[in-house]
Amino acid sequence: MSASEIPADLLFQSSHEWARIDGETATVGISDHAQSELTDVVYVELPQLGKTVDAGDPTAVVESVKAASDIYAPVSGEVIEVNPAVEADPSLVNTDPYGAGWIFKLKVTKPDQLPTLLTPQAYGELIG
Amino acid sequence: MSEIVLHSPLEAAHLALGARLIPFGGWAMPVQYSSILTEHAAVRETAGVFDISHMGQVFVTGADHIAWLDTVLTNNLSKLAPGQGQYTIMLNESGGVIDDLIAYRLSENETLLIVNASMIAEDVSWMEKHLPPGITIRNESVAWAGLAIQGPDSAAIFAKVFPSESLPPRNGIAKLADGSIACRTGYTGEDGYEFFCPADLGIAFFEKFIAAGATPCGLGARDTLRLEMCFPLNGNDLSPARSPIEAGLGFFCDLEKPHFIGRETLLSQKSNGPALKLTAIELTEKGPPPRPHYPVLSADGETLGELSSGVLSPTLGIGIAMAYLPAAFSKPGTALLIDVRGRRFQAVTVKKPFLKKPK
Repeated sequence: MSASEIPADLLFQSSHEWARIDGETATVGISDHAQSELTDVVYVELPQLGKTVDAGDPTAVVESVKAASDIYAPVSGEVIEVNPAVEADPSLVNTDPYGAGWIFKLKVTKPDQLPTLLTPQAYGELIG
Repeated sequence: MSEIVLHSPLEAAHLALGARLIPFGGWAMPVQYSSILTEHAAVRETAGVFDISHMGQVFVTGADHIAWLDTVLTNNLSKLAPGQGQYTIMLNESGGVIDDLIAYRLSENETLLIVNASMIAEDVSWMEKHLPPGITIRNESVAWAGLAIQGPDSAAIFAKVFPSESLPPRNGIAKLADGSIACRTGYTGEDGYEFFCPADLGIAFFEKFIAAGATPCGLGARDTLRLEMCFPLNGNDLSPARSPIEAGLGFFCDLEKPHFIGRETLLSQKSNGPALKLTAIELTEKGPPPRPHYPVLSADGETLGELSSGVLSPTLGIGIAMAYLPAAFSKPGTALLIDVRGRRFQAVTVKKPFLKKPK
């Protein structure tokens, strides 16, 4: 199996979500390694807009043919945007996990949690 | 999941192909190689090869073995000539399913039973418990590797691997010159055969079938393929608490036979109508894949039961499932709701199978 891609500008958590931090906004998806382990994603259950979540809360669900997997919020915040494209075409999570396959965006309410997330290097060691 | 105690004789070949192994019926078996969706499509459109070495081979021999097997199995073996096989069911005293299997008459004196991996020990001990003198049971499950080659190209692939042999007709069994066995059956709804050879030759034949054009396929695709055809999976859709009449398998139970274990229950269910029926259900809105144990509700929100099997059908692109439902709710066209993590999705009962193939 080929090595998974791990972009240098993202933060990760050990449950394989990534977060792209842009000011107060965290865009969240699942890692290339996670999509490759899940294989064919056939359904994404998006969170309600406006929902507030704590770091570690199950916030979305990604389903492959064989299993349903919870997607946990990497940080606390309010769901301010969801990606309708992955609802319409769940395979985007497989084909472009760090781009068109993003799942939801949070308005970060506790920026002090960010340093607890894994750096790309640390995540690479975790899955290596 | 069950604990892994047994390894397929093909395991090294699976790992070399990048397969993911999962526990199934006490065996470590490949769930997929590349993608369940791709493997599923290969079987529907060309051909796939599955490792079925976990399935059991039980030989029953003796002059009167057919008359005796007809008392422990629901179908009628006396109607078969040597070389023919039939789907049949082993029941407990109350008519519940111990196992579903295929019985092939090899000769006047011998019948081969192909049974589910998880039930080999239980099937053998049940038969031994009822065994009369003069009949012997040989469990050769460990000695044989098994491959299922399934799909529209499967016969052409057989001709490439065995240029001087011919496949038996549907439901038939043939012993090949090298001692391996070909049975014209399967679990996918496509033309195909199950091939059995000595365990140490398994990898060589697996590679030959792949070289001849079959795509290696895992248990994941096996599940989506069989459910599109409404073929039951023992442990999900069949259980010791449910009879074949409730499971919709009455066709494979010969109630004209004077005696077989479980017959009385089947007779009474057949004359009174079963209270529950294994029912095919389709989601009618876009939703998550239905999965076993999700609650099934009436359109009014009354809980009726739970799904015994469920997948997103790769061929049809919709959620398909089966559940034991009260007879009043099993009629095709009945509106239902499926509860997925607290959200309810619209569904409807349909006539089996889900996949209506042109003949």
